[in-house]
Amino acid sequence: MTQDPAGELVYVYAVAPAGPALDDAVARAGASGMAGGPVRTVAEGPLGALVCDVPAELFGEEALTAQLNDLDALEKLAREHHGTVAALSGAVTVLPLRLATLYADDAGVRRMLREGAEFLTARLARLAGTMEWGVKVYADLTAVDPADPVAPGPPGGPGAASAAPGTAGAGRAYLRQRLDRREALRRAYADAEILVGRVVERAGEFAVDRAWHRPQQGALAPTTGENIANLAFLVPYERAEAFRAAMDAFDGVRPGTRVEVTGPWAPYSFATAAPESVPEPAAESRTTDHPPVRDRPANGEARA
Amino acid sequence: MTDSLAGRMAPTAGSPYGQPPPGANLADILERVLDKGVVIAGDIRINLLDIELLTIKLRLLVASVDKAKEMGIDWWEHDPSLSHGARRRPSAREVERDTRDEVERDGRREVPAGESLAEENDRLRAELARLRSDTRSAADEAPAAEPHEKRSQARKEDRS
Repeated sequence: MTQDPAGELVYVYAVAPAGPALDDAVARAGASGMAGGPVRTVAEGPLGALVCDVPAELFGEEALTAQLNDLDALEKLAREHHGTVAALSGAVTVLPLRLATLYADDAGVRRMLREGAEFLTARLARLAGTMEWGVKVYADLTAVDPADPVAPGPPGGPGAASAAPGTAGAGRAYLRQRLDRREALRRAYADAEILVGRVVERAGEFAVDRAWHRPQQGALAPTTGENIANLAFLVPYERAEAFRAAMDAFDGVRPGTRVEVTGPWAPYSFATAAPESVPEPAAESRTTDHPPVRDRPANGEARA
Repeated sequence: MTDSLAGRMAPTAGSPYGQPPPGANLADILERVLDKGVVIAGDIRINLLDIELLTIKLRLLVASVDKAKEMGIDWWEHDPSLSHGARRRPSAREVERDTRDEVERDGRREVPAGESLAEENDRLRAELARLRSDTRSAADEAPAAEPHEKRSQARKEDRS
């Protein structure tokens, strides 16, 4: 494990309790690191860091900056980071580090483990025996009427269906369709928000903590419908199956809504903040056509 | 920690190394590895102390904000410490809205051929700014008794 300070740096993925369980998990995963070399551990006292060696020419400050600014390279880095952490996270408790934490050599990693021992140990203790699950709630009209652009709304106005093209009635029918469509959307959003309240409440029966991510949009999250709430829950191993089943049961219970479960994840969303201080997303500043979803499970219950 | 944990984690057990959990998309991964996870300062001796989320956000913001936004990674807009720069860049949606407002305000006014509404707006704003600065220097040269009134009058004309 000697380092060549000029040529190689040490990339740190995560911190875990040191010991045979960690060494065994690393050996079994047989993971290759960022640059093809093996993923290995650097231990200091009760803690071990999951690391790999990377060439300085790719991970030095300038090169790394270039990688982080190139979304394709960023994606590759992110997937490799995530993949390595994921490969270990089922077998040992891991505290995932944020992308691109680098040291000049193993001594630097040991120093970090030594100096941060108290903080790191406390975090690991909180995460022991748990995994993270993602739950996303969507308003999705395609779930209602994939073929017909006009969602079923209240019974159409008189003459709406019989109007012939080219007459004044055709224009009215078109406006009617637009209004019906808008009404269906409005109902889908309202239903999705009620569903969010129920999901949060039900998940609370299994989870020991939760976090709100920003609702997803854009090309990175290709899916139908609009993401109304993007939640993460910290769930003990022994409740994982029941949690998953309970969340899956919400999918499709209301027309125009969809619930998607991802996981298990390494507990990224619970690595930094204490349970009491998980920040709310700045939902109110988001520009959307519907009111922001707030952490008000009781609301959903009241309206349901 | 027992060995059977991996077995109980059915969705990951047996899945190829590096595979994201079922149902995950790239946004799921990025929002975790970039926006969550413990931030620990790297080794100061190689000057990577600042490679952490804040820096990544800023660099994305400077380097490729449009692409990042298009891909749905735009949390900096909601981060008070980062939003000053971000707010000055209107999003595509804002531009669209501004343009639409402009169209509604302007009614049926003719747009010169080959000039988009956005270009026209830029041109008009530039003209307005020039008029304002002209007015201001004129007011500065005017007798001390009336500049205030003159300026507010000028602004009214600008708006009409």
